[in-house]
Amino acid sequence: MAAQRRPIGEAGWGRTLGAGIVAFVYFFPVLWIILTAFKTYSDALAIPPVWLFTPTLENFVQVFSRSYSAGAEAVATGFDRFFFNSIFIAGSSVLIALVVGTLAAYGFSRFPLRGNDTYLFIILTTRMMPAIVVIIPIFLMFQITGLAGTYLGIILLYAVFNLPFTIWMMKSFFDELSPDVEDAARMDGSSEVRLFFKICLPQVVAGIAATAVFGLILTWNEFLFALLLTGVETRTIPVAMAQTIGGDIGVRWGLLAAIETLFLIPVIVVVFVLQNHLLRGVTFGTIKR
Amino acid sequence: MSTLVSPALPQAPRPAPRIALWMVLGAILGALVVMVGALFLLPPAVGWWVALAGCAGAAILAVAYAWERHNYGPLLVAPALALLFLLNIFPLMWSFGLSFFAFRANRLAPPRFVGLENYVGVLSDPVVWERLQTTALAVVLTVSLQMVVGFLLALLFEKQFPGRRYLLILVLTPMMLSFVAVGAFFRYYYEPTFGLLSQFVRIFTGQPFILLDTPAGAMAGIIFADAWMWSPFVMLLVLAGLVSVPKYLYEAAEIDRASWWRRFRTITFPYIRGLLLLALLFRTIEAFKLFDVVFLLTEGGPGTSTETIAVYVYRLAFQYFRTSQSAALAYIILFIVIVLTNLYLYFVNRRAREA
Repeated sequence: MAAQRRPIGEAGWGRTLGAGIVAFVYFFPVLWIILTAFKTYSDALAIPPVWLFTPTLENFVQVFSRSYSAGAEAVATGFDRFFFNSIFIAGSSVLIALVVGTLAAYGFSRFPLRGNDTYLFIILTTRMMPAIVVIIPIFLMFQITGLAGTYLGIILLYAVFNLPFTIWMMKSFFDELSPDVEDAARMDGSSEVRLFFKICLPQVVAGIAATAVFGLILTWNEFLFALLLTGVETRTIPVAMAQTIGGDIGVRWGLLAAIETLFLIPVIVVVFVLQNHLLRGVTFGTIKR
Repeated sequence: MSTLVSPALPQAPRPAPRIALWMVLGAILGALVVMVGALFLLPPAVGWWVALAGCAGAAILAVAYAWERHNYGPLLVAPALALLFLLNIFPLMWSFGLSFFAFRANRLAPPRFVGLENYVGVLSDPVVWERLQTTALAVVLTVSLQMVVGFLLALLFEKQFPGRRYLLILVLTPMMLSFVAVGAFFRYYYEPTFGLLSQFVRIFTGQPFILLDTPAGAMAGIIFADAWMWSPFVMLLVLAGLVSVPKYLYEAAEIDRASWWRRFRTITFPYIRGLLLLALLFRTIEAFKLFDVVFLLTEGGPGTSTETIAVYVYRLAFQYFRTSQSAALAYIILFIVIVLTNLYLYFVNRRAREA
């Protein structure tokens, strides 16, 4: 092909500048929170807002232990516990969802059942439906079985909460694999188990990682189930954060911003890592490209 | 897709199955008996484990049954379906049943069968219609704002340019944030004294600006926060459509000296139409459930002017304790969501077939 003057679909540094300004404005609410987290109490409340200030880590210290009135002794806020809870609960539930969901996705993809699409539709619907529809019976079930406020209960619930998403996501990855390799392996007498572990699974490792990270974020962000079904011991960050906003810190915006910054950083890292799988992730695997 | 199982593979002779169907059925029945017996007769601490062991035994036998017959499909999906049944389908059925009874979770009175009374009550309640109107208004405003902003963002990021990857991250981040975090942000920005919005308005009016104090302002605040969060979603879908347009069409259009608008209308738009529709449906389904942002930003106020249907169901269930009525209302919402989801999947499949 002949050399083109300006390849179609490419723009120069001018576009970088324009998009840069738009992106900066769009990201500004997040950026301002992160800046506020490093401000002192008076800087955070300054009118007009200050742009240049001496950063302080005081807020981040106070997330974990602070004194509630001037001069009083600092008390642990339990936020270290809440961070641990969020990580532990999200990690375990995603692990369960991933094992069960990947198997199911492989089944739906390779051994279609009678009414395969109906199953998949029901599974997607359980993800699309408002949580409010099932929350009352789940709340009652958890009260009766004593699962309310326990790690086991919330981990199981989140595992199921992540399952539809995991199944659809992993099915979309399995569907993309070329059947030729598998047919060849079958021809050579490979068992179905070997086929799954040695041929199919290695090809979707990136997909598994993307699914896992997405599940982690969804669980990390979840609020309603956590609000109703976690106890003091098992409380997760979103609930603790909401209670802090409505509760004991008043207008200590710097402190609130510090909690949020700690909460946001994993998410921003994930967006960075997952950019290529983002579309599939946010549409639960229904749209691939 | 059609060549999943090659037809003429040499099959090794299979050994005769040793586990018959009656054994599996018997085991399941046995497990049921053991479960009921253990839960009623043994102390709870032991009973749970005995019941669990009974279930595990029946499950192992069922797995062996399917394994011997090379019935991998059911085997692979069974654990997922069981989990989903336990914590999604069963609660769904429970709340469906509950919606036909008069029941309050904070009273000891046993549920009383009332037939369709809850549905009639909910549907003839003017408050419900008011909340549905609020929700419809919020959905229409936020989704259309998202579509426009997302579309414009996608046009901006359509072409390759230096640093595109990094700038995209900045724009895509809001979509992945927690509703709680976003609610907290915007509470801070809308705050009358120290909030950025109020301070900005004060430059012009000299008065502090209390956005969330008027019904229209509160609605605008919610919609702005929600649209800010989800515009990147629309952008992502539109970008996917834009990338799929074959470049030779643009080359041909350039030779023909087609105007920008004509190029857009005849080449670009047909390629992104399908994805725009999917974005619209997906966002409508999600926006219909608008809960967290409202709950954190205004708690439905001032008064009840921004109380969406999801917030109202929550209040019915956990503040007024009209448990069975909230179940009936929740089912009406579920029905709408199912219809929309069906429509969405129909268009997803149609798009997949066209590709």
